[in-house]
Amino acid sequence: MSGSHTVVEHGAQEPFLQHHFHDLGQQAEASKIGMWLFLVTEILLFGGLFVGYGIMRMLHSQAFHEGHLHLDRSLGALNTVVLLVSSFTMAMAVHSARTGNRQRLILFLAATLAFAGVFLGVKYVEYSHKFHDGLLPGRFYRHAGDSVPGVAVFFSFYFVMTGLHGLHVLAGMVAISWLLRRAVRGDFSATYYAPVDLTGLYWHLVDMIWIYLFPLLYLIS
Amino acid sequence: MSTHAENKNAVRTYSIVLGALLTLTAVTVTAAGINFGSAFINVVIALAIASAKASLVALYFMHLRHDRPMSAIIFVTGLAMLAIFLMFCFLDTLSREQVQPGLTAQAPARAVSISARILSAS
Repeated sequence: MSGSHTVVEHGAQEPFLQHHFHDLGQQAEASKIGMWLFLVTEILLFGGLFVGYGIMRMLHSQAFHEGHLHLDRSLGALNTVVLLVSSFTMAMAVHSARTGNRQRLILFLAATLAFAGVFLGVKYVEYSHKFHDGLLPGRFYRHAGDSVPGVAVFFSFYFVMTGLHGLHVLAGMVAISWLLRRAVRGDFSATYYAPVDLTGLYWHLVDMIWIYLFPLLYLIS
Repeated sequence: MSTHAENKNAVRTYSIVLGALLTLTAVTVTAAGINFGSAFINVVIALAIASAKASLVALYFMHLRHDRPMSAIIFVTGLAMLAIFLMFCFLDTLSREQVQPGLTAQAPARAVSISARILSAS
């Protein structure tokens, strides 16, 4: 009947429209709701760590203070700036996609990927320093000369929280690389850019989590 | 063309938001060096600044301000769940003194000994 005919026509016009959606607008709205639901599960995943952090910091406030002195505040601040700027370039990438500007989309995606790489590079420098000094999580803690017990607890939280966050940055880099490939291929247009939009949302959430991690780990006073 | 105006507008908005985020980062680093009376007040100030930054990211970079309300409803519901999670865990930890006097005073030592047990067991 005419119904199936319409579907074929749709498919021919919009290669990225899945058959169970009316149009690209509906498809984008549906996928956006899915993305926000996923982001909420991410918030609760990190939420468990934040709750644990809060309780342990309350119980070992001195150890957390002493532990944080081993962190390099300026490297933490540098990484905060890098991630904030990468969020800006990601927002610009989404905007470029929405306005159908392929050149700028590629440029801003590449910039975001580069900033993400810088972030992980700085993290690598920080981790190497911690490994060298024996400032390791839990039973691997080898640092001598602490004035209070329990500094290992701080480093357990430091490594699990920044480690999980770092994995998210890495996953974001994989997603952005995939977007870059598709952008170069010319998949995206002003009517179809949902993957860029959704990856943007994910990237901003990763940025948002770091916004809390920075003062909680590096700025204990 | 309206698209050109919209283009300039978005770039302007995102740039202002980035400027505000970087300024707030400088503010939080500075605030950490000031003693506001107690460690607790310092934490509250640090978290307030972080929340201001997170709100800017959510409202502008994540488009919640101009998006359909469904995204914000999902997001805020998630945050409410996190608030309940946080609140009850802290309520529990902070009210133990009333339930069993003397427990909180021993808490740091107890927690360390529990941590030590976990560490030596593994």
